[in-house]
Amino acid sequence: MDQLTRIAYKLRRDIIEMAHNSSAGHVGGDLSVIDILAVLYFDVMNVSPERVRDPDRDRFLLSKGHCAGALYCALGEKGFFDKQEALLTFGTFGTRFIGHPNTDVPGVEINSGSLGHGISVGVGMALAAKMDGRTYRTYVVLGDGEMAEGSNYEGMMAAGHYRLDNLCATVDCNRLQISGQTKNVMDSGSLADKFRDFGWNVIEVENGNNCSQLSKAYRRAGDCKGKPSAVIAYTLKGKGVSFMENQVSWHHGVMNDEQYRQAVRELSEVSLRETGAETCPKAGRFQNAPPDFFRVQSEVSLRETGAETCLKAGRFQNAPPELFRVQEELLT
Amino acid sequence: MNKVTNRQAVCDILMTAALNDRNIVVLCSDSRGSASLKPFAEQYPEQFVEVGIAEQNLVSIAAGLAACGKKVIAASPASFLSTRSYEQVKIDVAYSRTNVILLGISGGISYGALGMTHHSAQDIAALAALPDMRVYLPSDRFQTAKLMEALLRDEKPAYVRVSRSAAEDIYDENLDFELDRSHILSEGPDATIVACGEMVPYAAKAAEILKEAGIRAGVIDMYCLKPLDEKAVLKAARRSRLIATAEEHSPYGGLGSLVAQALSAHCPKKLLAIALPDGHIIAGENKEVFAHYGMDAEGIAARVKQALTGV
Ligand SMILES: Cc1ncc(C[n+]2csc(CCOP(=O)(O)OP(=O)(O)O)c2C)c(N)n1
Ligand SMILES: [Mg+2]
Repeated sequence: MDQLTRIAYKLRRDIIEMAHNSSAGHVGGDLSVIDILAVLYFDVMNVSPERVRDPDRDRFLLSKGHCAGALYCALGEKGFFDKQEALLTFGTFGTRFIGHPNTDVPGVEINSGSLGHGISVGVGMALAAKMDGRTYRTYVVLGDGEMAEGSNYEGMMAAGHYRLDNLCATVDCNRLQISGQTKNVMDSGSLADKFRDFGWNVIEVENGNNCSQLSKAYRRAGDCKGKPSAVIAYTLKGKGVSFMENQVSWHHGVMNDEQYRQAVRELSEVSLRETGAETCPKAGRFQNAPPDFFRVQSEVSLRETGAETCLKAGRFQNAPPELFRVQEELLT
Repeated sequence: MNKVTNRQAVCDILMTAALNDRNIVVLCSDSRGSASLKPFAEQYPEQFVEVGIAEQNLVSIAAGLAACGKKVIAASPASFLSTRSYEQVKIDVAYSRTNVILLGISGGISYGALGMTHHSAQDIAALAALPDMRVYLPSDRFQTAKLMEALLRDEKPAYVRVSRSAAEDIYDENLDFELDRSHILSEGPDATIVACGEMVPYAAKAAEILKEAGIRAGVIDMYCLKPLDEKAVLKAARRSRLIATAEEHSPYGGLGSLVAQALSAHCPKKLLAIALPDGHIIAGENKEVFAHYGMDAEGIAARVKQALTGV
């Protein structure tokens, strides 16, 4: 498995942790957009915690703000803040990690959560770069249901009109929204044609959950001069967790403990399979597994034993020693 | 403890009304689930229009339908309905006097930790400022049902805000209801707490707490914000030493402002206005947030007591 995919799967496990801890969040859309975020934050964008005020940093806007959970996981992994704080306090009383992106969280460029604002705000940021002769790029991520908001088309028109080649919009085209399939709720027809009509360079990504396809698309977007670029990424909502994939009810579904365990198991096994770790037929367990796998696994078992998370360390305390022994044995 | 939400009460009334009235049309913007209007959409697919995530479109389509004889209910989260589509509401509904009921669901801070984008703490101010718009915040499910029945009988624009979670019962089926009035739950010579929507049960409990402290406070359920039942406010003002208001809204332009305006014109009087702060609301469930800002029963009681006795 390549490095970006590995990161994306790690972030998926974080998303599941966060969603389970808080009994909140928009887990379906988080899982469909996470590969896009992994590629943007870990391959494409020029951003880092040291540069949050650098005027030349790239700008990122999550127009589908309900997937703030996924964004917090990516920002935390990137080191903008202690990720454990986000995983443990998301959606709780007094937290700064509220259910939509807000600028109290380092790395968040603008408050969002009301759909249909991102392209226009992005046009403003891209225009400012042109005015000031700066080379930063602005990236906006939208949902396909979100594309019913008319404001998007005003923004698209302005971006085309001003030939904002420093602006790149991505539509997370998972074909679902809250009330059902997007084509049944409000069919927006061909988004690719609409962007093209407004003067955009359009790049369609057949598998929007594939990091290398996404990386290539963003490279092409970066090379395009004289036009804004739109990446239409065809994704799977709930990607990576079998019972969530392509299920409308997981837009903001809440996992019970059994579902949570299954989700963690599936996500860990995927990472294992892709690392080439082989199953040990006797033990029925994976051998040559990366230690990270066992950490996740142990944490699940720990939660079942009722061990509590130590808030500061972000790790489990009161863990039965046996658990760590088993883990060590497996590793040796 | 009642489990039926006010939005479910709305759906029940619409389902019954639609049995005999093919002109009732419900519009949603990817909001049928959160509005509890799925049963209506399933039972009356020909009287249901889905517009997708497009609140401005929602309101203008509603107005167009109404201008052609339909009785339209447009349902969307109160936050988006009252701000995103404000111009459509102002011109296509209020100014044009079209027969549209705007149903703002998950009003106030119902969405809790989803944050400011999802709160509607400005809707009373915004909607009340529009000529020809009426504004209602019903308290319990029985009042919500009566309100909807009454609104379906007239042909004028109205905005109705309901909460996300179930409100405690205050009335029963036999509630005597009149549009554009208020409901006096109790009277008190020391103070009268005027409350609306979700805050009414908190105000009623606050009055009980005050009673134990020897303070006799009355409660008015001001479900109609515009036109405001000024008579009831003035009567209470003449009777009580203090008028307090309690609302899930910004301190500007809501119940407190409307009551203050009535008082200062006709019966100048000290007013204690209890509302959300003018700022970013702390993340959390309603109950936690109300307690944090001194807007729960204990908070309201303490502030009324403080205003009356100085301690
Ligand atoms: C203006 C506005 N209207 C309604 C909502 C409520 N809402 C949140 S998510 C959502 C569905 C979004 O669907 P889509 O854009 O396809 O996102 P995804 O499938 O990626 O989760 C809706 C209607 C909102 N946040 N903003
Ligand atoms: Mg979608």
